[in-house]
Amino acid sequence: MSLMQMFTGKRLDRGLHVPDHKEATQHLPIRRLPFAPTLVVPLLQHTGAPAIPIVREGQEVVRGEPIAKAGGFVSVPMHAPATGRVTRMTLAPGPRGDLIPAIYIDPYQSASQEILYGAYQDIEQMTPEQIVAAVQETGVVGLGGAAFPTHVKLRPPEGKPVDTVVVNGCECEPYLTTDHRVMLEQAAEVLHGARIAMRALRAGRAVVGVEDNKPDALKALREALGGARDIAIESVAAKYPQGAEKMLVKVLLNREIPSGGLPADVGLAVFNVATLAQVGELLPLRRGLIERVVTIAGPGVRKPGNYLIALGTPLRWALERAEIDPDASSIILGGPMMGSAAASLELPITKGVTGILVLAKGASNGHSRIYPCIHCAACVDVCPMHLNPSHLGLLARKDRYEEMETDYHLADCFECGCCSYVCPSHIPLVQHFRVAKQMNRERKARA
Amino acid sequence: MKAVIEIRTSPHLHSGRSVDSIMRNVVYTLLPICCYSVWLFGVSALLLIATTTSACMLVEHLSCRMSGKESSLNDFSVIITGILLGLTLPPGLPLWMAAVGAFIAVAPGKMIFGGLGFNVFNPALVGRAFLQAAFPVAMTRYTHVLAPHRFTQFIPSTLAAPFLKPLDTITGATPLMLQKFDHITTDTWTLFLGERAGSSGETCAILILLCGLYLIARKMMDWRIPAAMLLGALLTGAAYHLSNPARCPGPFFILFSGGLMLGAMFMATDPVASPVTPRGMWIYGLLMGLITVLIRFAGGLPEGVMYSILLGNALSPLIDKVTQPRAYGERKLKVVTT
Repeated sequence: MSLMQMFTGKRLDRGLHVPDHKEATQHLPIRRLPFAPTLVVPLLQHTGAPAIPIVREGQEVVRGEPIAKAGGFVSVPMHAPATGRVTRMTLAPGPRGDLIPAIYIDPYQSASQEILYGAYQDIEQMTPEQIVAAVQETGVVGLGGAAFPTHVKLRPPEGKPVDTVVVNGCECEPYLTTDHRVMLEQAAEVLHGARIAMRALRAGRAVVGVEDNKPDALKALREALGGARDIAIESVAAKYPQGAEKMLVKVLLNREIPSGGLPADVGLAVFNVATLAQVGELLPLRRGLIERVVTIAGPGVRKPGNYLIALGTPLRWALERAEIDPDASSIILGGPMMGSAAASLELPITKGVTGILVLAKGASNGHSRIYPCIHCAACVDVCPMHLNPSHLGLLARKDRYEEMETDYHLADCFECGCCSYVCPSHIPLVQHFRVAKQMNRERKARA
Repeated sequence: MKAVIEIRTSPHLHSGRSVDSIMRNVVYTLLPICCYSVWLFGVSALLLIATTTSACMLVEHLSCRMSGKESSLNDFSVIITGILLGLTLPPGLPLWMAAVGAFIAVAPGKMIFGGLGFNVFNPALVGRAFLQAAFPVAMTRYTHVLAPHRFTQFIPSTLAAPFLKPLDTITGATPLMLQKFDHITTDTWTLFLGERAGSSGETCAILILLCGLYLIARKMMDWRIPAAMLLGALLTGAAYHLSNPARCPGPFFILFSGGLMLGAMFMATDPVASPVTPRGMWIYGLLMGLITVLIRFAGGLPEGVMYSILLGNALSPLIDKVTQPRAYGERKLKVVTT
């Protein structure tokens, strides 16, 4: 930790201050969205193997009932997001413009939609192994956007004990306020989820990191914590991309996750607050993940807010409820710095969707003239991984992809977008790096 | 809802900063320095700066045309080159020489490498270095400041015809010349305010410093390079001064004399020809400060800013290579034991 940090509190050394635009939604309580006429539940909403369906076409399902089982350890089951009928089991549009197998459910509009599945279970009586299995049954994955199955992180590799659970409440992406609202409205569940994770990992303590632009969330968590000493709640100075797990563990605990390694390599496991809130809420009741909080915001919607949306709800349905501008054409899933443009409005909302942004035209750098790199070093000064994006960009221009990886740490770039954001030449650096990584993967596959 | 959906890759936001706006602001920042130069040296300085700037623009435009590219005048970088070249030349330099310098600065100094972003050296200094080598006499004839008829009469040498012996001018020595050859030290206050002989735009240290600080405050220039260069010169100057106070003037004389302030603020900071790594910037700056003072005190020339910056430019790719930042989570090299 540098001398500077001792005086200024915990803060990220690189990165940047992006106008956060959170004021439009951060004060709005979470509201539930009505069910769409058809819900589309893709069997692959997470990182890992797809789930295997256990229902037939035409079958009636009850809200919360398992409809697909995990397709392996790195996989999770799916649960029916609504009481209704399975109408089709076919391909549905995927986020990358691809097609993925999905279960179509038409909710019964007159059903009570009460969750009947599940039973109380006492966490205190469960072994860590039982907790891991139970978390897998809930279908919870990383709700911060990565969608990595949570139970896998609860079983760290052999010989790498986890001493501290890190709880990520930074939410550094502009516009997004889902984690903020979850911390405010479900502070007790967040802490309960953290304690379940500590129990599963046999970790002695947890540290919650919350950016200082959410003082009310900090207060809510501290109140929920009361006098307990097992969890520390830390305020960190707001800066993008502090919510990236590598950044947060450095800021909070001054540990560096080695290149290509996992948090477990430095004795840590990192979870997003919304993920833990779901674990804390669902696990004691043995229920499954069937809905999530999504921020719908941006200049192109008239009713921005935080909506509790049934998984499988098509974007079009959700955006129409938020009164999208009819001329809007740029729709982003996730935050504006790392999110991806939605290829279709028929895409279903899945477990990894943190936000839906409707941006104004020309908000991106896509329309500006691209100048040559003038070596101004703005990108070097913001890269949170301490890479040299300027030189990487020049190498990419010359197709020297292998050198980018061997000599300039290309593989460590997590595409936070800081370099592209600041580049006065408007060079799409992050896109160059994505292409370079793909070319390297293909080269290795050929070899 | 429209049928058309735009698909772009992240990030979907941009800071809004742009090369042309940065370059345009540098041009604005140079204007006060130009105005002061005209106040000191009159219409000759005005015509000199106008000549170098327009010649540079013309050469860049024509070379873009010749290579079939879109004209790059609208990125404003060549205007900076033109103004800076004018500011580093003696105010009474014959205009035809200035035009030759402008051609050298832009054609072989910049465009031959591929234009903006690809030049190895600061183009303005390439032009000046050529003139220094080609016309050593004209390049060391400095005019007195605040001549009485400076706004109505040209300095006689300004309008000299090409390849003819220029008319004799009443010349004044620069403070560095006085110090080196006559052992007369000009007082720091005069240097600070700039009412002394010298290149047309290098004289007023305080004005250049303020203009540079403005760009730094707007985050359009990196503070580390000028800070390192001035620090390097200050430290080296202090060492010389302490070892031989009678012969070598104090470090403030070093800082405010010659072209050091202009060089450190506006030449060494040319991003294209300087390192990008944080440590590299410090090494580059300190090195240039050191070499500047070494040339002044130990070399044959009264001034060393130009050569030190050109040398720094040449070294900057190497400096970058050896000062790559340590990446987050970079594994230490494993020691292989056999």
